[in-house]
Amino acid sequence: MFELDLRSRAPVYEQLVEKIKELIINNVLKPDQQLPAVRVLASELTINPNTIQKAYRALEQRGYIYSVPGRGSFVKPAVPGNNMARLRALETELVKTVSEMRYLGVPPQEIITRIKMQLSEDEGGKLDD
Amino acid sequence: MIEIERVNKRFQETEALKEVSLSVNRGSIYGLVGSNGAGKTTLLKILAGIYRPDSGHLTIDSQPVFENRSIKARTIFIPDAPYHFPNFTIRDMALFYARIYPRWNQDRFEKLGDVFNIEIKRRIRTLSKGMQRQASFWLSLPLMPDVMILDEPLDGLDPVMRKKVKNLIIQDVAERKMTVVISSHNLRELEDICDYIGILHQGEMLLQKDLDDLKTDVHKVQIAFSGEIPPALLQDLPALYQEKRGSVLILIVRGASAEIISRMRSYHPAVLDILPLTLEEIFIYEMGDRGYEIKNVLY
Repeated sequence: MFELDLRSRAPVYEQLVEKIKELIINNVLKPDQQLPAVRVLASELTINPNTIQKAYRALEQRGYIYSVPGRGSFVKPAVPGNNMARLRALETELVKTVSEMRYLGVPPQEIITRIKMQLSEDEGGKLDD
Repeated sequence: MIEIERVNKRFQETEALKEVSLSVNRGSIYGLVGSNGAGKTTLLKILAGIYRPDSGHLTIDSQPVFENRSIKARTIFIPDAPYHFPNFTIRDMALFYARIYPRWNQDRFEKLGDVFNIEIKRRIRTLSKGMQRQASFWLSLPLMPDVMILDEPLDGLDPVMRKKVKNLIIQDVAERKMTVVISSHNLRELEDICDYIGILHQGEMLLQKDLDDLKTDVHKVQIAFSGEIPPALLQDLPALYQEKRGSVLILIVRGASAEIISRMRSYHPAVLDILPLTLEEIFIYEMGDRGYEIKNVLY
């Protein structure tokens, strides 16, 4: 389904979480679609099944997937308000990024243009669906 | 579940293991790393019930291991130099194991023949080093072990075979919750498959931790200032290791990355870069902390 960069410094578990998140956000993995079983993914990627289990657990905590005992893990349809903790973390990240950009001398107008550009791009993507 | 509590082992003058404790959960892959002569093989041989510890406790599933048939029937140990009887072919060896190990799975043995391309009629001792190791795995997996103890298991295998063998081990871990203890110097390889790491040095367990925690716990920071390095910085964030390359300061710092970044930023650096460490770097810096350093060797 996807490849991990085993030579990267980032922990395998983090890479997995990020990869799956990316696939969910970009709608490659559709709501209620089943994620590959832990042992299938483990042997496909040749990585420890416990690491995959851990990544799935983290994704569930962050509200990206849900699990059905005995059946596996599935993509959660986005429910607003359910991801408060994550949203707050993202907000802090945004604040950090903006202040760093300011610190590095990017003018406020350019930051706003950037954000607007990204927003219109995301909207455009949705219309195509 | 494997539990070792304050195990000591001495060979005449040499203290091979000093108060070593460790526990491995069922279905976990535990990577044992250490300097040469650190006591890795001794520890594995105690685990396999070959050596008896001088003091301390060792249990697998709450049972002692030494001279315990029921535990040994479901434990497999592949030593760094596998032993096979002279003149025995792979088939002879399989027959021998089938008679001793109650869980021998003939069907699996035959299926594995497709994975390992070795003729079953070959005498094991006439095979190359790497092929002998393949034969060891071929003969071990049909025993349906609950615990697999591997001393430098991938040594001598070619890259394709390495991947195949790793995959076979992972499948057993995923499907049967097999527990694996692996020693290796190939840290790159351990990084992919282990979830827990123990570092052994001169008979003592320096550190054992969940691999992901280990990697998110230590960071490499590259920091540079437009002027002088603020002296308060180094006191504020004690570094495991520091090095100055030109105007860039390289620090190995413990702690969560978000915290390190915000602390470092308060000194207004011109450049700030933070990277997770590789297992190899963690090993080298932890060892350096104990006086086992890479000094520049010049002749």
